[in-house]
Amino acid sequence: MASAAVAMTKLGQAVIDRIGNTPMLRLDRIVSHLPGITLLGKAEFANPGGSVKDRPASSIVRAAMAAGELGDIQPERSLLDATSGNTGLAYAMLGAALQFPVTLCVPASASPERKKMLHAYGAEVIFTPAGDGSDGAIRKVRELYGASPEKYFYADQYGNDNNWLAHYRTTANEIWEQTEGRITHFIAAMGTSGTFMGNTRRLRELNPRIQCISMQPDSPFTGLEGLKHMPTAIVPPIYDPNLADRNIWAETEPAYAMCKRLGREEGLLVGVSAGANVNTALQIAEEEYAAGREAVIVTILCDGAEKYLSERFWTED
Amino acid sequence: MKIHIPTPLRAYTDKQETVSAGGATVAAGLESLVQQFPAMRQHLFTPDGKLRSFVNVYVNDEDVRYLPEKEHTAVAEATELTIIPSIAGGAPCIASCCCR
Repeated sequence: MASAAVAMTKLGQAVIDRIGNTPMLRLDRIVSHLPGITLLGKAEFANPGGSVKDRPASSIVRAAMAAGELGDIQPERSLLDATSGNTGLAYAMLGAALQFPVTLCVPASASPERKKMLHAYGAEVIFTPAGDGSDGAIRKVRELYGASPEKYFYADQYGNDNNWLAHYRTTANEIWEQTEGRITHFIAAMGTSGTFMGNTRRLRELNPRIQCISMQPDSPFTGLEGLKHMPTAIVPPIYDPNLADRNIWAETEPAYAMCKRLGREEGLLVGVSAGANVNTALQIAEEEYAAGREAVIVTILCDGAEKYLSERFWTED
Repeated sequence: MKIHIPTPLRAYTDKQETVSAGGATVAAGLESLVQQFPAMRQHLFTPDGKLRSFVNVYVNDEDVRYLPEKEHTAVAEATELTIIPSIAGGAPCIASCCCR
């Protein structure tokens, strides 16, 4: 009995069981000039779908299945959303693993790697004009959903509380345990804001003194894909602007530079939002060191670099 | 030439979706654009004048970086340029689109 339970919890039985419980990595070389500072990255690229988005996607899907909105009760019903990003990949993976249909509206300008991955998982992909960007994809989702709402479960990651709850229930508790409660700062970039909201709410319950710092691109026109410049966007329904102790505005180019540095100095090939997170965490680390304080700073390594390797910055000076 | 402006940058073009620009090459057209709308410059170019690496410019649907003459590609009156941020992932304006 006990060994069966161990097999379930430690090994898991299916892809969905492998979501979460990701490693925490020390980024010692990035802060080697700052004695007393520990910088840690939560390796979300280790999730089976390759990104942190496996957590909210599985949380949204599990809730929909439990409510009978998706799955065996309505086997023809398709999960619908507009995303060419990691959430789309997570939905597509879960659709294959749990055998429900997935329909994604994707701008034609999405990278060939992503298109191929979505196809490989068997998701139905509807391409929208590249020039219309994600607006075009969203318009298409609304058109499809408006025409036949009975055919679809509209996942709506921006407005779905199961997004941030995924982090409240899992990621934050893992961070607390992996740092043995020593975490002093938590830093996360915001797209839907789910990662920041969920982790911050739970970490504050565990220790109200933890500084929780959000990060956004410094401009609405940014190379930090998936991240949102809140002042110029209509705010995601799940976002609470009063939660952060502080917000940092991130530039694109230093995030690119940090991606290259993590590859060469730590052997970690991470995506652009992870680079932005680590660069922001380094900024906090330098401030804490300058103030003469010790700190245990945790940030999120949202995904790996493989989906971004055709970006020019890897080879540009 | 006509330059199509992506949604996040329309804040700097008085909300215009397309802007007419002069010049005989792609580079000249972009320079004409930032002269008309100086706030655009920092979004398109690095301080040393290079196109920022996540900014993609298409000439009639061809990525200018993959054309033989790159930004020196000649353009005609009827040429259409499109500026598109690199979107290898994510969907930065989903909330702004779906919550209106």
